[in-house]
Amino acid sequence: MEKENKNIPLVKTKTFINPENEKRSVTAPDGSIIEIDPIKDYFCQDRPKEYKVRSGAVEKFLNWARAESLWVLGFGTGCGSIEIPPLVTPRFDMYRYGVQMRPTPRQSNVFIISGYLSVKTLKRAIRSYEQMPSPKYIIALGSCTINGGMYWDSYNTINRLDHYMPVDVYIAGCMPRPEALLAGFAKLKELIKAGKAEKANEYVRNLDWYKANQKKIIKDWNMPDYNW
Amino acid sequence: MDYSITKFLWTLLGLFIVLNWGMLMSSTMRRIGARVSGRFGIPWYQPWIDLTKLYSLKSQVSHGAMFFLGPVFRLMGGVGIFLFLPIIYGSDHWSNYSFSGDLILILYFQFFGMLGMALGAGEGGHPHSAIGISRGLSQFTTIEVPMTLAVISLAIQYQTLSISDIVAAQQGGFTTWTLWTNPLATAAGMLSLLGAFGHSPFNLVKAPNEIPIGPPTEYHGVFLGVLRTNGAILHVAEAALFMNLFFGGATNWVELIVKTFLIYFWSVFVGTVFPRFRIEQSVRWFLKVPTIIGIIAIIIFL
Repeated sequence: MEKENKNIPLVKTKTFINPENEKRSVTAPDGSIIEIDPIKDYFCQDRPKEYKVRSGAVEKFLNWARAESLWVLGFGTGCGSIEIPPLVTPRFDMYRYGVQMRPTPRQSNVFIISGYLSVKTLKRAIRSYEQMPSPKYIIALGSCTINGGMYWDSYNTINRLDHYMPVDVYIAGCMPRPEALLAGFAKLKELIKAGKAEKANEYVRNLDWYKANQKKIIKDWNMPDYNW
Repeated sequence: MDYSITKFLWTLLGLFIVLNWGMLMSSTMRRIGARVSGRFGIPWYQPWIDLTKLYSLKSQVSHGAMFFLGPVFRLMGGVGIFLFLPIIYGSDHWSNYSFSGDLILILYFQFFGMLGMALGAGEGGHPHSAIGISRGLSQFTTIEVPMTLAVISLAIQYQTLSISDIVAAQQGGFTTWTLWTNPLATAAGMLSLLGAFGHSPFNLVKAPNEIPIGPPTEYHGVFLGVLRTNGAILHVAEAALFMNLFFGGATNWVELIVKTFLIYFWSVFVGTVFPRFRIEQSVRWFLKVPTIIGIIAIIIFL
């Protein structure tokens, strides 16, 4: 018997799209068929806009309010995340300084990158950062975020954080103590009150450069370029 | 000036006072909670700073019309309770728009904000919102049972559905308060109040460590500012409602502030002592002891 000669490709071309994000048609309860393209429907495709910096006393007042009400995203990366919980205990009590933890990126202003970022986590960190409403600030904790630290030659972590995300305040050390984090918050407050913490706008202006860097290292890029 | 305009302006002034008192009360309670755990906690003026910051944020996110309307409905729930509540007894300025059937309307407004929020948060599309909503609505339905039973008991006792009349019947000293004349209805009402204020053990709806903040997961900036404004108004308005029903009302602002503080403190006191219930535990709890107390309170007055 003659074998059927089917040209089945041995390796399927990889699309880097999660199965749940693939295009599909769904039958609605009334029988009509709806086309769903999750990448377009679930994400926003627009480029980000710079937030408007007002002038004079209004901006000074708003900067004061922003500085005195820092809401930190509850997102821990690397070993530094163990330094954040002591801040809410009686010994350090960051609530005294207007620093509060928030569980969702939509409600946060400050993102603490607390240590090394693996490539897998970098993708989640970028998504979380882009979902935060501007003005937003990044505190980079520990030497891993500055030059890679003890993970300098690791195959799976990034070395310089500010190639991928805009950093407002660095806190050096391995690991910095909670006091150092409090000092970092004080420095961030100073910067915000002086109107110098404008990195969120810098990210928007240099979006193409940041995206090129991010895509160079994140191989399975299965999301829109900017997802808020 | 026209009477209706002056009346409106006085009511607005009352709303402003209630808003600020609500924010001061919430920061005070958070400071008390912090002291219990050995901390100092937020400065007393923190809610105002937070609100300023939230209102200054610009939103770029849109989830549809209902998403925008959710916080507005929620705010309407809080303001609605305030509008129809005689906040100071015997005062022409502060009796707001209370009328002979206001008690029923206020019970309705309690659920109205909740439903609006459910629709808005549902359109946000976040799975945690959906979980929070289903928990919130099922828990609030069971909270309403003992609360309504207590209200029916009061309506039979005083033969009226007007809050002003209920307060008027309690004037004349400590022993004429509903607390003494109808302790069972008071017990049912105060137990249901624990759930209405949403402190531990009934804070599963917004459980921040488990389902990040629940229904308002997607709400940020101005939306969250509106929700917080409503929270401040709602806490004082609900406490004032219970003050009017069970604790003899208030004849001046100082009395109102002291009594609402103590009523709110009751839920914070229980919250700092007891850990969080799971949803099926809290639903069962409300349908057991408080409901039975409420039914007995009605049977006594039949």
